[in-house]
Amino acid sequence: MDETLVAGATILEVEGLSKTFHVGGTWRGRGRVGVEAVRNLSLRLPQGGSIGLVGESGSGKTTTARLLVGLERPDAGTIRIAGRERSLGKVSASERRRRGREIQMVFQDPYTSLDPRQSVAEGVDEVLRFHFSLDSRERRARIEELLEQVGLGEREARALPRGLSGGQRQRVAIARALAAAPSVLILDEAVSALDVSIQAQILNLLGDIREQTQVSFIVVSHDLAVVRQITEETLVMYKGDVVERGETGSLLEQPNHPYTRMLLDSIPRIGWEPERISAERRAADLG
Amino acid sequence: MTALLDVHDLQVHLPVDGKLKPILSSVSFSIAEGETLGLVGESGSGKSMTARAIARLLPPGGEAAGEIRFGGSDVLALGGSELRAYRARSLGMVFQDPRAHINPVRRLGDFITESLRDAGQPTEAANERAIHLLSEVGLTDGGRLLGQFPHEMSGGMLQRVMIAAALANEPKLLLADEPTTALDVSTQAEIMAILLELRREHRLAVLFITHDLELAAATCDRVCVMYAGTIVEIQDASALFGAPLHPYTSALLASRPDISVRQRAQAIPGRPLSLFEAPPGCSFAPRCRFAVEDCLADRPDLRPVGPGRVACIRAEELDGATRGSEGSADG
Amino acid sequence: MSAVQLTRQGLIGKARLAGGRLFWVAAGVLAALVLVAIVAPFIAPRDPLDIDLSNVLASSSAQHLLGTDQSGRDIFSRILFGTRTSLLGPLGVVTFSTVLGVAAGVTAAWRGGWIDSIISRSSDVLFAFPGLLLAILAVSLFGTGLWAPVLALALAYTPYVSRLARSATLVERDRAYVAACRVQGFGGLRTCVRHVIPNIAPVILAQSTINFGYALIDLAALSYLGLGVQPPSPDWGVMVSEGQGSVMRGAPQQALYAGALIVTAVVAFNVIGEGLADRVGKRSR
Repeated sequence: MDETLVAGATILEVEGLSKTFHVGGTWRGRGRVGVEAVRNLSLRLPQGGSIGLVGESGSGKTTTARLLVGLERPDAGTIRIAGRERSLGKVSASERRRRGREIQMVFQDPYTSLDPRQSVAEGVDEVLRFHFSLDSRERRARIEELLEQVGLGEREARALPRGLSGGQRQRVAIARALAAAPSVLILDEAVSALDVSIQAQILNLLGDIREQTQVSFIVVSHDLAVVRQITEETLVMYKGDVVERGETGSLLEQPNHPYTRMLLDSIPRIGWEPERISAERRAADLG
Repeated sequence: MTALLDVHDLQVHLPVDGKLKPILSSVSFSIAEGETLGLVGESGSGKSMTARAIARLLPPGGEAAGEIRFGGSDVLALGGSELRAYRARSLGMVFQDPRAHINPVRRLGDFITESLRDAGQPTEAANERAIHLLSEVGLTDGGRLLGQFPHEMSGGMLQRVMIAAALANEPKLLLADEPTTALDVSTQAEIMAILLELRREHRLAVLFITHDLELAAATCDRVCVMYAGTIVEIQDASALFGAPLHPYTSALLASRPDISVRQRAQAIPGRPLSLFEAPPGCSFAPRCRFAVEDCLADRPDLRPVGPGRVACIRAEELDGATRGSEGSADG
Repeated sequence: MSAVQLTRQGLIGKARLAGGRLFWVAAGVLAALVLVAIVAPFIAPRDPLDIDLSNVLASSSAQHLLGTDQSGRDIFSRILFGTRTSLLGPLGVVTFSTVLGVAAGVTAAWRGGWIDSIISRSSDVLFAFPGLLLAILAVSLFGTGLWAPVLALALAYTPYVSRLARSATLVERDRAYVAACRVQGFGGLRTCVRHVIPNIAPVILAQSTINFGYALIDLAALSYLGLGVQPPSPDWGVMVSEGQGSVMRGAPQQALYAGALIVTAVVAFNVIGEGLADRVGKRSR
């Protein structure tokens, strides 16, 4: 599993990424407070590789994901995908479209991440029409192929999101993201809203997809077990900073930073002592 | 140990798309004073509906049959003032999303002391009690907090406020419906620490509803596993975790990604069903890899097997087999 | 989660059974009115403009089902034809105000910032003008008839639609599927037209249906005041106005029938609009 860490060219390179949100204050900006959501984050994602971003709410992991896909504009730093640097300023329509083919995202909540009025096939078709010039027969074949890849059939293709279960919707979201044939797929808590028995299905599916398509993952999650299953490298974030990074297995087995240790201790298990954990947490003043 | 709450053969029907459909079927369990009972299940399992039936808070049009006895009185027969008194004094309730259950435009003090003032306590005494309650849930700055609004607090803080309010009238039973699901893992540990401590100090019985089998096993005395509106297994928490009796329980444990090794998770095919969607026979049979023809015939009853009770006709012969599958990587 | 879903479906079931009958009655009334408007020339027994001064203010008879007016015209035929102008006017108001309101509201919510400020403040100003006043102003500038007041009322009704479209768009904009569109690289126009507007359409439709009823009243009032549709054209408002004089002469039928139809139509539109709003509200929650 680890060979991907060394093999493969770098597909995504991030350097010194920073973002501060300004909140509160009057309409003239007096009394505004700056919250540093992400501070000086750097990472290097190899082609076909997978990096986990873990942390709790307020750690900056989701902001990082949104910066990478362009839903937020960074204050500083560079993002290079396949060697091409992204400008930080406004972008043209064609540049936006090109970026859509570079990097895609699957969101947490399968109940809001699909247009409720668009059938599954229409949703995928829209993406194909937007990015590629295929005739209708080619598009139909590609839709079928994509849906099959995520384990959906004829019936689901015609269905509206409301006729699908949470797990099926998440499969649709994955198919729609893959339709743009991106080099990088960002999974923002993509399995955490699903039933336990469905989580495993989706995790296995994502593993298969990575093997088949060589797409690279950024896995944003609060769930360390999920990160263990589908990443090679992990960045632990706390209040905007990366406090620890390393090969996923060894990081989870021998955590160095007290925050990583605290996260690991917080996972419930037999013989779990939440009283002791919360006492330690207060002592370490981690939040 | 005498049971504080005794649920016997509970059936619940709810209107779904205009038609009354079965949601819970023959749900039976009891909780003793000071005991924590976990109710674990996925969507459609009916775990939340069980709690709502106990609180007599079913959605409009819902019908409950069977028997729910609390401290000897028949809950389903309560009416009017008796029912209000039962809800106010015997039960405390904590939900997944505290923000949805606390009025955003009123101060926290109002929220916590509401039930006390309703019961006729003067404001002064109610406030003092509220400060004491807040200190019990680890919020030491109670006097200041009473004047604050919900939006000024984090989710974890609000959940503590919710617990404090639930305890205001010293209930005997706390219904906790996914109280930590929306919280960060370390905040979850804190909230669980508070609940466990309160249980010890007040001999509070807790019905702890969660989708997280590990969390239930780590914090509860006994655990009921629910699937499609029925209880499929009841066992002591530690036994359940180590030696599950029902194939669903073991499959659920095996499908959780493992943090210590990287291996392909054993996914359960299909999706969880609601009772009214389930086929005749064992509801889990269509997803169960141990299902045989007999499983499709009748819905199995919960029966004693070994240390617990289980609703599976093959429980004895599968003992060990279901667990054995857990270690054998790819499936 | 399962619990919430079940409740939602369950509630709709019950509520529909309870409040549903009235909704369908109103829908029936509306369908009948539209049908009448379309087939009026074929079913009207007489020419609505046909004057017969020898037979004025007649009461109902086999020849004149609802009697005749002060000029001896057949009231029944005038009412049938009147359905046309009485529905056409509000249709114009609602169409223009909906198109304008959705465009303004969605733009305001989507772009935010100073664009939002300008649109929102201008609609505040429009809110302050009573619709009728604006219509009277338009009539004094452009003359009487159907279209000047229709355009003026459309402008006056736009803020009701735009405010709703704006708040509905603000909700949709924060849903993940809109973010997914942006990640795909879709432009704002495409996302709004293909995804946001179809999803806010039910709410807007409900509001526009209610607006239809109000526009009908406003236009009838203008006709009654002599500022809208001009006699002798058949129009319910005109008929109430013309029939007023005959009431004292013991022949209230014209004003009565036309007035009753105005009330019926307005109530029907209101019931349907509220019913739609109810359903939309339940589904989206």
